[in-house]
Amino acid sequence: MAHKLIDELRKACGDDNVVTHPHQLRTYESDGLLRYRVTPRAVVLPGSTEEVQAVLRACHRAEVPWVARGSGTGLSGGALPVEEGIVISVNRMNRVLEVDLPNQRMVVEPGVTNLDVSKAAGPTHFYPPDPSSQIVCSIGGNVAENSGGAHCFKYGFTTNYVTGLELVLPDGDLIQLGGKELDRPGYDLLGAFVGSEGTLGIATRITVRIVPVPEAIRTLVAFFEHTSNAGHAVSDIVSAGIVPGAIEMMDSLAIEAAEGATGAGYPTDAGAALVVELDGSEAECEHRFEEVKEVCDRNGATGIRVAQDEAERQLIWKARKAAFAAMGRVSTHYYVQDGVIPRTRLPEVLEKIDRLSKEYGMPVANVFHAGDGNLHPLVCYDGHTEGEAERAEELSGKILTACVEAGGSITGEHGVGFDKKGYMPRMFEEPDFDAFQRLRCAFDPAGMANPGKVMPTPRLCGEVPGPYRQHPLEAAGIAERF
Amino acid sequence: MGAEQVAECGRNGKPLRVRGGGTKFEWGTPVDDPDVVVSTAELDRIVEHNEGDLTAILEAGVPLARAQKEFAGSDQMLALDPPLGDDDAATIGGVIATGDSGPLRHRYGAPRDLVLGMTVALSDGTVAKSGSKVIKNVAGYDLAKLFAGSFGTLGLILQVVVRLHPMPSETVTVLGRANDPEVVARGASELAHASLEKECVDIRWDGGEGAAMAQLGGVTAHAQAEAAARVLADAGMETEIVEDDDKLWAEQRAGQRSSDRAVVRVSGLQAELARTIRAVESLGGSLVGRASLGISWVTVDPARILDLRRELAPFPCVVLDAPRDVRESLDVWDAEPSPLAQRVKQRFDPAGVFAPGTFPV
Repeated sequence: MAHKLIDELRKACGDDNVVTHPHQLRTYESDGLLRYRVTPRAVVLPGSTEEVQAVLRACHRAEVPWVARGSGTGLSGGALPVEEGIVISVNRMNRVLEVDLPNQRMVVEPGVTNLDVSKAAGPTHFYPPDPSSQIVCSIGGNVAENSGGAHCFKYGFTTNYVTGLELVLPDGDLIQLGGKELDRPGYDLLGAFVGSEGTLGIATRITVRIVPVPEAIRTLVAFFEHTSNAGHAVSDIVSAGIVPGAIEMMDSLAIEAAEGATGAGYPTDAGAALVVELDGSEAECEHRFEEVKEVCDRNGATGIRVAQDEAERQLIWKARKAAFAAMGRVSTHYYVQDGVIPRTRLPEVLEKIDRLSKEYGMPVANVFHAGDGNLHPLVCYDGHTEGEAERAEELSGKILTACVEAGGSITGEHGVGFDKKGYMPRMFEEPDFDAFQRLRCAFDPAGMANPGKVMPTPRLCGEVPGPYRQHPLEAAGIAERF
Repeated sequence: MGAEQVAECGRNGKPLRVRGGGTKFEWGTPVDDPDVVVSTAELDRIVEHNEGDLTAILEAGVPLARAQKEFAGSDQMLALDPPLGDDDAATIGGVIATGDSGPLRHRYGAPRDLVLGMTVALSDGTVAKSGSKVIKNVAGYDLAKLFAGSFGTLGLILQVVVRLHPMPSETVTVLGRANDPEVVARGASELAHASLEKECVDIRWDGGEGAAMAQLGGVTAHAQAEAAARVLADAGMETEIVEDDDKLWAEQRAGQRSSDRAVVRVSGLQAELARTIRAVESLGGSLVGRASLGISWVTVDPARILDLRRELAPFPCVVLDAPRDVRESLDVWDAEPSPLAQRVKQRFDPAGVFAPGTFPV
């Protein structure tokens, strides 16, 4: 059976595009979350929609589960392979098919990187969602994860920019959802698909909305003694009706690490740094920028640096964007968390994180998309000491609980994937999962698309009339029937 | 309330229709009066208004106008401004279920873009929620998007969490007039691509005359309006800056409804606005629309609906308002049901009781 499937994949995509050698398969064992590793049976790299269809039909016939993969930068194990399953990499499908400036649309294949989408729209237009991994992450992965980024407080998320999808369903059927036009009659299946973490099918063509580049961009970084001052400044800015393009906060540990790595000139004795970027019309930016400076002063800013040119702006951003990677300078290991809180609860949640950090004896650095309350606590630990990784994970889980208790979410942009499915019951109850499952079963009744992700307990679509037949996932011990 | 009624209909296989303010109850494929009408009138609580977080939780039957009044007290708004119907009776649930929108959609998006979370009652008695009450969340499937625009055919929306926005401190509108469809379309398109803080970018056309208009917001709205006026003048339009612009935008919204003619929503494209206007003019109709988004509401003699569809093919042309006999004589949706949509319907409404026959599924 296994050999037959591999042969079919080779026939569909060519020998060179099917990876089965154990050494080569190791590349695909994990996504950006290296903690989990599973070796797939094979990796296939289709080069066209037709090849994706052929691959999914073959998997469907063979009842072999599969996982779609873009650039593999995801941080929740969403592209973690399934034991004995197939990984379908869309990296070869990387063409920009159309740039339609008059209609403010682009049509791209899923393997195009996020940054290349924006570049192709330039210099007059851009594609706003900008995850930190934008240089490498794929637009197909962005669709799967409903990716955000630093600029989503003002501009919105992937789901607000995708207007059309060509989609291969798990049985190999090809469908079109939406298009360049908005409001086509019928259910918004496109809205349900975006952010479905690879569990409903594979997008093979993506139509996105692009917007005019702002006339002006003004960026500053303000430093404060404490994160609570910076937090108040954020609230004051938002309640004044100012909608910054981006508003990002770092605490002292994150500043220390980022400054060590980039030399961007952040004072390492600062308790918090707040990056505020305004964009839009020249006049509005100028006026509002002065207000932002006043708000920062009023909240006790110890220093404000205004980017005088593009180079200085890039330097300010370099420190912020390097914060994750830079943590390696502070700690041998760290755990990246992604939680969301209502913004007004920031001070109490930060206090709680601080208490937990002391209790566990593990430093926690904090990097936030402050406008939308999306926290990225980085839990530092010594991975060489036995049991520390588990304790870090436990601490990290308690931070998520604090987020949910404050009325927030267990993930703002990294997705549930494999990593967080166990936390899902903190936000949702059985009837909610039941409703999620209905959507899933409509798209993928056989349960072959990325099984074992998102839902806390794998479940099947038990609707097939007739006598009971054991499902291949049941036989493999991956799922139970409810 | 509501959920029990739905479950009972599900058990007994009794078809039902959900009714909010009743301002759009006739939309969709006409069917016989249903056995049961589930009213959301008693689901009328504003459950939370979290000023600092710019979010709110509303029960489905809250009239949008009442919610806006509450939010305005904090200089905030729910950026949805569809026509609200007689007595401003439209409810938040009805607006979301029909995916209806107004000029503010240019900047803030459709109902689907502003709903953060939703609680629904399904025909098998399940009451389920999705989303959350924070503005950024990717946990679980985004079922609120599926229910937005589903016209009450999947389940009963009980409660929604919505994102709010600060009201712009000042707004000014710039208006450019022309009697050439090409010029109106060009002016609108230039506005759409201009780097200004635009709340709305609209067009209108009626009786051989048209206009492109943009509402500018922010502390420098006036300066921006002057810049926008130059854009329109360069496109060959006669321009005017309108300080007191409420009436002008109310007229744009009003152009999306008609009590005696047909209103057809055209899902078009920005670069085809001129063609759209010409088609409308040739059929003796009028039009209002979101220039940048390519969506137009065309008012025509009901006898010309099919001509309009022919002229504007392949753009989907959905008939919203029209006399009942006209609605019965054609496919108001202009759409073929898809097998996938049918599977979705079967999964969410296994009893098949939610508004059968009214939606392209």
